[in-house]
Amino acid sequence: MRGSKPAGAPPAPHTNYHRKKRFNARTALTLLAFMAPAAIFVGIFTYYPMISGSQMAFRNWNLNDLSDTSWVGWGNFIALFENPEFGTIVRNTVVWVVGSLVPQVVIGFALALFLKRKFKFRGAYQAFIFFPWAVSGFLIGMLFRWMFNAEFGVVNDLLMKVGIIDTPIPWLAEPGFAMTAIIVANIWYGVTFFAIMILAALQSVSDEMYEAAAIDGAGKIRTFFSITLPAISVTLGLTILLRIIWIFNFPDIIWAMTGGGPADQTHIITTYMIKITQEGDYGQASALGLIVVFTLMLFAAFYLMAVRPRKANR
Amino acid sequence: MINKETALARTSKIIFLGLCLIVTIFPLYWIVVTSLKAPGTIYSLPLDYWPKELSFENYIGLFTKSDFGVYMLNSLLVATVAATVATLISLLSAYVLARFQFSGRGWVLAAFLLTQMIPGFIALGPLYMMMTNFNLVDSKTGLILVYIAICIPFCTIMLRGFFENVPDALEEAAMIDGCSRLSALFRVLVPVMMPGIAASFIFNFVNCWNELFLSVTLMNSDENKTIPTALAGFISSFNIDWGSMSAAAVLTVVPTLVIFAFASKFIVQGLTAGAVKG
Repeated sequence: MRGSKPAGAPPAPHTNYHRKKRFNARTALTLLAFMAPAAIFVGIFTYYPMISGSQMAFRNWNLNDLSDTSWVGWGNFIALFENPEFGTIVRNTVVWVVGSLVPQVVIGFALALFLKRKFKFRGAYQAFIFFPWAVSGFLIGMLFRWMFNAEFGVVNDLLMKVGIIDTPIPWLAEPGFAMTAIIVANIWYGVTFFAIMILAALQSVSDEMYEAAAIDGAGKIRTFFSITLPAISVTLGLTILLRIIWIFNFPDIIWAMTGGGPADQTHIITTYMIKITQEGDYGQASALGLIVVFTLMLFAAFYLMAVRPRKANR
Repeated sequence: MINKETALARTSKIIFLGLCLIVTIFPLYWIVVTSLKAPGTIYSLPLDYWPKELSFENYIGLFTKSDFGVYMLNSLLVATVAATVATLISLLSAYVLARFQFSGRGWVLAAFLLTQMIPGFIALGPLYMMMTNFNLVDSKTGLILVYIAICIPFCTIMLRGFFENVPDALEEAAMIDGCSRLSALFRVLVPVMMPGIAASFIFNFVNCWNELFLSVTLMNSDENKTIPTALAGFISSFNIDWGSMSAAAVLTVVPTLVIFAFASKFIVQGLTAGAVKG
């Protein structure tokens, strides 16, 4: 049943509104003029630095000593792989992405299911739940750094009051605890995002389908797996992909909470990249950047291949 | 609806939603409480969950002992100008991408989407060197230009989604009546799309207001610093003064919070309609 779009699903938006038009030379000039500012800005300030950064990856380019910027081939990449910390950083990145993403999806999904049915104050509730979005990642890192403070942090205080722990935990001073703390902060940040995206997807599933399922005698769990989940799988799949890429590239919370410490044990790839950029080794930083880009592109390609067949006949 | 909720389902729903709300709001509550404690009482046990006496010393100190007022004005200026220009530019590019079929359209979209996936940090070093050559390091103009560029791709994608929800008969009618394409766009389409445009603008504004790594890299003098740069300076010193930090955090968050509270509906519409469609 998968590939076919269930009857009664809302029609794809905007297909009937207008056809994309062809045009004459005069219009073409106007359109070119319309596109030009965006293209110029993105070209100069995003693509140019990105491309010139890519070639630095193959050169000995250190801001502290620019006397020799010769080509070194794969030298920067090899130096990275031979760096004993590299394994830790990659492992941390995976832990960071998976550890943040899974709870975000699960809690976000539950929240969306609960919010689907109208209730009093739902609008106000959503506005409150929205709050993390307005805060920058860096500030969130700072809020949680203060809350996870070993001596005067509210997290230890609450845990001790409830009786889960007897002595304060040195959250940000030990690698294992520090990883936990930064992931907790990130989960807190991301749950709302999923809740809102999934809620929007849920609301696009028509009521008739649920009614039909109810008439056929499907229970709640059955309805969830046979109707809800398939109906929103495409949106869910894409949202998760975008989110994985985004979390992968999201150093702000870690930067503010631990700065990669203690002893460089909580660095993920992007925080490490910022660290070596600030140390001036643009060559290695760019090499690391290229590794990230290719990893993510490969990942996205595989992921999309795995998800695609489900929306075969769009 | 078909089936009534059972008492059990209802209770678990209320508990779950209540917990989520408390957990979401608590960090904000805690930072407000911390900022309102007298500086000395922040580091005393047992912790007070409400200040014994309210003190605004942290806030006053922020403006008298540091240039926080200047940072706030800088952030306001940079974010407003960058968000406005970026929204205008994206309006034009989104219009073209939403309305016309031309070869290379897919590539333009892909190029915009790609900027959202590549870690900007790969460009940080080269960008710094380029800005040095343009003499735009530690300059608000420079920062504004860069912010415009980072806002455009997503803003274009978002606005494109809104354009696709407006029938093109609208601007065609205006053009038959003698409007140029540009004035048709601004006189006919823009008013209809105002919620979407406002959402895009706010989204840009908040992004610029919150942006950290570019401003840390590009700005260094006190007169040009934006709020995030100043906050980052707070943690580079060995001992963090959590009182002023909390006060600064509250002052940073409140404006965006107010804006989001008013516009959250539109932003959600924009994100879910524009972004996911891709």
